[in-house]
Amino acid sequence: MAESTAARPKSKSKGLDAARADEYRRWLRQMLLIRRFEEKAGEAYSLGKIGGFCHLYIGQEAVAVGSLGALGPDDYIVCSYREHGHALARGMSSRVVMAELFGKAAGCSGGKGGSMHLFDASLGFLGGHGIVGAHIPLATGMAFAAKYRETDQVAVCYFGEAAVNNGAFHEALNMAALWKLPAIYLCENNRYGMGTALERASALYDISERACSYDMVNEVVDGQDVLVMNAAMERAVQRARKDKLPTLLEVRTYRFMGHSMSDPIHGHYRTKEEVEDQRKRDPISVWSQRLIEDAIMDSDAVRAMDKEVLEEVDDAYQFADQAPDPEPGELFTHVYASPSNPPE
Amino acid sequence: MSTITYRDALNQALREEMQRDPSVFLMGEEVGVYQGAYKVSRGLLDEFGPMRIVDTPITELGFAGVGVGAAMVGLRPVIEFMTWNFALLAVDQLVNSAAKMRYMSNGQIGVPAVFRGPGGAALQLAAQHSQAFESWYAHIPGLKVVTPATPADAKGLLKSAIRDDDPVIFIEGEMLYNTKGEVPEGEHVVPIGRADIKREGHDVTLVCHSKTVSVALKTAEQLAQDGVAAEVLDLRTIRPLDTEAVLTSVAKTHRCVVVEEGWPFAGVGAQVVDTIQREAFDELDAPVIRVTSADVPMPYNKQLEKSAKADPAKVIAAVNQVLYRE
Repeated sequence: MAESTAARPKSKSKGLDAARADEYRRWLRQMLLIRRFEEKAGEAYSLGKIGGFCHLYIGQEAVAVGSLGALGPDDYIVCSYREHGHALARGMSSRVVMAELFGKAAGCSGGKGGSMHLFDASLGFLGGHGIVGAHIPLATGMAFAAKYRETDQVAVCYFGEAAVNNGAFHEALNMAALWKLPAIYLCENNRYGMGTALERASALYDISERACSYDMVNEVVDGQDVLVMNAAMERAVQRARKDKLPTLLEVRTYRFMGHSMSDPIHGHYRTKEEVEDQRKRDPISVWSQRLIEDAIMDSDAVRAMDKEVLEEVDDAYQFADQAPDPEPGELFTHVYASPSNPPE
Repeated sequence: MSTITYRDALNQALREEMQRDPSVFLMGEEVGVYQGAYKVSRGLLDEFGPMRIVDTPITELGFAGVGVGAAMVGLRPVIEFMTWNFALLAVDQLVNSAAKMRYMSNGQIGVPAVFRGPGGAALQLAAQHSQAFESWYAHIPGLKVVTPATPADAKGLLKSAIRDDDPVIFIEGEMLYNTKGEVPEGEHVVPIGRADIKREGHDVTLVCHSKTVSVALKTAEQLAQDGVAAEVLDLRTIRPLDTEAVLTSVAKTHRCVVVEEGWPFAGVGAQVVDTIQREAFDELDAPVIRVTSADVPMPYNKQLEKSAKADPAKVIAAVNQVLYRE
């Protein structure tokens, strides 16, 4: 059986800094928003309002929130297909994300991308991508562009642990290290590539060690603690922005739901007991308890925040449900830059 | 106007576009220090430096993806594949990333990149190094596919491809690099999507592109001695296909042979024939015939290789068929 996420990383949150109280509360709100949004998306999927594949982020919220909290407004972000949480944490509204899941014109990709292809160029949110590992070189290219233009931008790529066995991972990290690019490769190790456990797919258990092949700085991070995640990401961002060097972060986390909506929470590949054990370190409980312990918030305030988030998600759902489909003519737009070229 | 090789015409286009636009860079295997596997990038490292002429490891998928990523944030990469055979490793990046980004993002993110290198068979390079893949890429909405046959078109189309806001698959001819032709100096831009009549005629249309343009021209020369005036129509761009030029020529000649280097099944010629039968059925005096490479992996043996390739004898046989001549 796989060991618990808490067992490996040794890092632990230090005392909370009262000066950052607003930021801490914002993290909790973002995590709650992602959780409630995903629950609602699961419900909408069951009702047939969301089609195709739908990969929920429940259990991993602290990773997106803690890491994106360390980025600047001009940085680039590239994600895999499990990216609803990253889109929300980056600041996309729950309305436009939900509308995209519903395939509506008001969605962030006009209803043409769906759950796996969320985009917002104005936020540097450059996609959810659907082919495992294939988006990793894209982030290397964006980091290359930052170096080429001599800006201080950073490119961040999120991918699961199953992607590291793919050639694209190796090729992308090798070039980033070779060329000293400001890139951060953030591996969300949730233990399972669909139904295949890490130890059944990778000869090396510690993914962070793969960075040694590229002489790249690496770190193992507890992804269930948002503060630990944020601190590790700040170090990586600093290394990219100031030292112009890439980092591989192996973030240990856990997916509480199935691989996608068509996959049960547990089944042949993991036990109910394992999932229940992992749920004891729910990142939202971990963080809310911490905020209460350190008197940043009280439990009433947490409940009120959750209620407000639930209302926001209900509003997003209503908005998406009532929004119109794309016009039929949208079928043919944005295939090419110019609608008249090619002529047919 | 000066007479230069196809390779130097490409070199001119790269140099001029890099001088014109600082966001253009060249990346690929051996493009810098080695001066290009086929010397297309000769001298460019000295002029533009290693940040803009970037040597890569042998990692086609990886550097194609780097090109897509850089283009997504506004640079204009020219990604060189040493040959299109090696680019098979990068097809995922071309098809799933480059071609679809604009559509998936509802127009927010484009990929203004050129992917270029030699395609088709050279001499005795055997099965894995002798392949013409233009029909593969032409199948994909979101990509443009350009296949210049002459030095002038090579320069003019590469300049257009670099300035284009969409991903362009630019397939050069390995056997064309040493061919010479007149090329206008400086600003010479050939628009993507326009075919070109390389020789006028009224008896039969020979539709061709890239290396088969020279096959068609040789065929036309031989046919002329026999009193047959063949029109040689160079597609130049496979996607978007210049259907108007094809239909105009067929309306004049009423007979057509398509000559291509690819394999027969679902090839470029199949698309051309489909267009003709749909749009110009009543103009035809004979079924359209295709001359392609043999439907086999390319053999190494010199004689077998020769018989696998399209050549003037095969085209003349096809022309005789559409003219109902013995």
